[in-house]
Amino acid sequence: MDQFTWLIPTLPLIAFLIIVGITYRFKLLSAIVATSFSLGSLFLAISILIQKIQSPKTTETFINWLTLTANQQTVLTLQMGYLMDPLAAVMCLIVTLIATLVLLYSIGYMKGDDGFSRYFAYISLFTFSMLGLVISNNYFQTFVFWELVGLCSYLLIGFWFFKPAAADASKKAFITNRWADFGFLVGIIGLFTHFGTFNFAELSTVISLHQNTLVLLILGLLVFLGPMGKSAMFPFHVWLPDAMEGPTPISALIHAATMVAAGIYLVARGYILFASVDSVMIVIAYIGGFTALFAATIALVQRDIKRILAFSTLSQLGYMMMALGVGSMTSGMFHLTTHAFFKALLFLGAGSIIHAVHDQDIFNMGGLVKKMPITVWTFVIGSLALSGIFPLAGFWSKDEILTVTLQHHFMGLFILGTLVAFLTAFYMFRLIFIALFGDNRSGHHAHESSWTMTLPLLILAILSIIAGLVNTPWFYQWTGMSFSTFLFFKEPEVPVIHWSIAVLSSLAAMSGILFAWIIYSKQQISADKLAQRFKGAHTLLLKKYYIDEIYGWLFNKGLLGLGKVFNFIDHILIDGLFDGTATLIRSSGVQLRLFQTGRLQQYALVLFIAIAAMTIWGVR
Amino acid sequence: MNISAVSLELASLSLGLLTIILGLIFPSFRSKNTGGYLAIMGLISMLIGSLYLPASNTQTFINTFYVQDSLALFFKQLFIVVAIFVNAMSLRYLKPYTKNRGDYFALTFFALTGMMIMASAAEFITLYIGLELMTFTFVLLTTYKKQDLKSGEAGLKYLLLSAISSGVLLYGLSLIYGLTGKLDFSAISTVFSIGSVSPLLVWAIIMVLSGLGFKIALVPFHMWTPDVYEGAPTPITAFLAVGSKAAGFVAFIRVFFHVFAPFTSIFMPLLITLTVLTLLIGNLIALAQTHLKRFLAYSSIAHVGYILLGVIAYSKLGLSAILFYLMLYLFANIGAFAGVTALVINTGHDRISDLAGLWKCSPFLSVIFLISLLSLAGIPPTAGFIGKFYLFTEAIHQGYLWLAALALGLSLVAVYYYLMVIRTLLSGTSEETQPFIIPFSLRLVMIVSAAMTIGIGIWPGPFTDLALNIAQSFY
Repeated sequence: MDQFTWLIPTLPLIAFLIIVGITYRFKLLSAIVATSFSLGSLFLAISILIQKIQSPKTTETFINWLTLTANQQTVLTLQMGYLMDPLAAVMCLIVTLIATLVLLYSIGYMKGDDGFSRYFAYISLFTFSMLGLVISNNYFQTFVFWELVGLCSYLLIGFWFFKPAAADASKKAFITNRWADFGFLVGIIGLFTHFGTFNFAELSTVISLHQNTLVLLILGLLVFLGPMGKSAMFPFHVWLPDAMEGPTPISALIHAATMVAAGIYLVARGYILFASVDSVMIVIAYIGGFTALFAATIALVQRDIKRILAFSTLSQLGYMMMALGVGSMTSGMFHLTTHAFFKALLFLGAGSIIHAVHDQDIFNMGGLVKKMPITVWTFVIGSLALSGIFPLAGFWSKDEILTVTLQHHFMGLFILGTLVAFLTAFYMFRLIFIALFGDNRSGHHAHESSWTMTLPLLILAILSIIAGLVNTPWFYQWTGMSFSTFLFFKEPEVPVIHWSIAVLSSLAAMSGILFAWIIYSKQQISADKLAQRFKGAHTLLLKKYYIDEIYGWLFNKGLLGLGKVFNFIDHILIDGLFDGTATLIRSSGVQLRLFQTGRLQQYALVLFIAIAAMTIWGVR
Repeated sequence: MNISAVSLELASLSLGLLTIILGLIFPSFRSKNTGGYLAIMGLISMLIGSLYLPASNTQTFINTFYVQDSLALFFKQLFIVVAIFVNAMSLRYLKPYTKNRGDYFALTFFALTGMMIMASAAEFITLYIGLELMTFTFVLLTTYKKQDLKSGEAGLKYLLLSAISSGVLLYGLSLIYGLTGKLDFSAISTVFSIGSVSPLLVWAIIMVLSGLGFKIALVPFHMWTPDVYEGAPTPITAFLAVGSKAAGFVAFIRVFFHVFAPFTSIFMPLLITLTVLTLLIGNLIALAQTHLKRFLAYSSIAHVGYILLGVIAYSKLGLSAILFYLMLYLFANIGAFAGVTALVINTGHDRISDLAGLWKCSPFLSVIFLISLLSLAGIPPTAGFIGKFYLFTEAIHQGYLWLAALALGLSLVAVYYYLMVIRTLLSGTSEETQPFIIPFSLRLVMIVSAAMTIGIGIWPGPFTDLALNIAQSFY
């Protein structure tokens, strides 16, 4: 099956081309094309994953896309190819599965939108780019697709470009990512100049010979900037909440399940690089941990349903990064997988609610449980999974992360992780008790969505329940495999339930739910009074720690001020120089043109004079 | 005697004659496009057939006067491709100008035959005959817009100036014959490799350089180019700009890389001077043009300057860079001239200002212009970038850093004038709001050439390999 790996990204690309070139006018046909090609990729991904589990070996195929030689030596080789190992196979499965479900869901969600075909074309392009990134065998190709997914994200955030907020958000996402990608690109080029290759496999052999060198420290940190931007780690997190201006299924696919996880995936893919320097790993762990806590606190007070989920995504991405940083790739990737399912579920559920209520403020919702039971109950399942309640998917992956944090003696991060688990449960059930249960506060006329929207919800709900079982002792006893089997070729790590940690984290989650229930359902403690009491903290959280304001000030005052100075120098000094040169060149063209009189005799004369001059010079 | 060495020439000749005879038998054949379809079909089968010709081993026909090596085959295939494009562009274009289209298509075959003979000639008289066959056919083709005074003027200018340059070339050849007593290339180079330098020999080299320089539009033998390009029917302009120029280059390569190889110290300073002049004049005057065809004429002169960097580098890689550049030059120019053809068909004009607002009238045509001009300007991801990159790197590698720097500086000027054209067609407004009608054949030409321009730019590997293999076998 491996030899068909290239088809996985190619199918969505073909879909994109078909939609743009042929079916653009036929809306439903575009949707069918996109969905069916994505489904094709999904089947391929599944069969390749099955094959990988049966015979775990890496296959790498590539062509030399561009070879540059100087002095008979090859100075630069750019490859295009694929690296298919269990890690890539798992990621391919996640991407194709969620993409297919989101496409199916979007047929209902985007119904009647003017840009219907454009939407499906963009998603197909995104799926192509994301899969190209996943199967890439070298940093160069990764960067190409990295930028392509960034472009698609930009296009889809600004899908409703006539809304100023959406247009601003798309720009913000793009520009923030540019800052991070700059460091990433410098890091990649640095890797190439230092080690002479972009290839992951070759790099890992070379890097394993160096440990804890200064060069690796610098390069590791630079390359890590890329994942920080894409996965929206603090301080690059600002774009992700605003990205919610895009259509909700897009938030589910790109800004929750797949693209933002690309950063995590890249850290896992280039793990050797980061793991070779201890301090880089510590930086990764603490940035992850900090982002997890930071975002979770902001999520406590938000009113917009999608923003709550966005900050929750930030927080969970921080969790994954923390897991990678403390040294466990398995738990990080495992959480990525389970999170992809339940966060996509939550976003699609939120989309279904928004579709029905036409509002995003949770305080304008309420009383939905009777009107749209499938949406509500699947949403609750997703929330329970996210909160880490036994035996749902989130429980196993979150537990795994807390366990490894403790095992690698990061006591501070362990406490932080447990606190985040509590906060997560609290804000999710705040959302549920306010938005889904309780009274209908705005007099909306919600109704259940169509089957194309509820079917993906049901599938994702089932996955949110069972996906975690893959990394349990029982699954190991049954099949002899655990999640780590899917990532490495080594003997699987034997999953063990650490009862003390499990109990502790469950207690944290339960108490979070309990608090939410007391405050928002029973209303024994008034939320408003709490907000009054801790006014300073509440405003701080509501304003998202003023990070946007600080950036705004930095750019407006600092960068633009600097820009004005340069502008002055540029306009007065440099432009004068260049404009003068340009005028000179242009006028010389006009003057020279006068030689071309159109007179035949003169042409012949020039010819003979030239020969005469050459002769005099040559024979002299 | 080896017939397969001349099979393509024979096919081209017989197809040309067949077109004429059919025209004599069936009058409708001459007034309709049937001849054009036949020509295109014949050319495509020639192209397919040429792929089966043995490319690796050199074949000769009549002693060593006529060789069919991989270099010759490459150029012949290039000419056939151009001829296909030119005929496809002509189908609809010719309609208003003449009632007699059959002969036109026959003539393109004779021009093609001339070019092919030039590609294979390994002896000066054969080379000369090929050159003249090509030139005279082009004179006829240039004047094909019989009602148009400019077309006639262009034809006359081309005829007279060609005659002068042929005279110069012949004089050079006679000097060489006088000095060596030989005419075929290998015999002459044997004599040269042991002979000494005499003033007469220097003179002969200068004459040959001038004569061939005329065909590739080397400054100062370029004066005919803008006038002839402007007056000729647009597809024929494309044929001249790509086909005739490439034919000039293959002769140039054979003569200067092979026959005159012992005398690099004599012709190199001359060639460098003329290249600098070509780069300067081509690029600077292009800035001041208002007509698209004249603009493209000067741009093509500038491109001769870039290509000559490969000759000056005088190495295997330099030669392969030339061959690679000719391929991308073909597709970019055909795209641009096909665009001009479409413009002329729809508006009747070819001023740069006529492009204003084209984006609204015909996005398709605009994209074609965009891709072709970006490639000529040498901007990635089009093929032009890779081509310039190869040429300049090889020139630098052979120690001509200053020359490469000059060429680079002037290609910045070029970027400016190409972008000015692109700006006109993208912004600007026009009174014309009717969507353009672009005939299917022309559309196909544009799509293929634009696709190739982008294709070569994105994945140049196979094309550079091809060029390198041919350069290797020639050396």
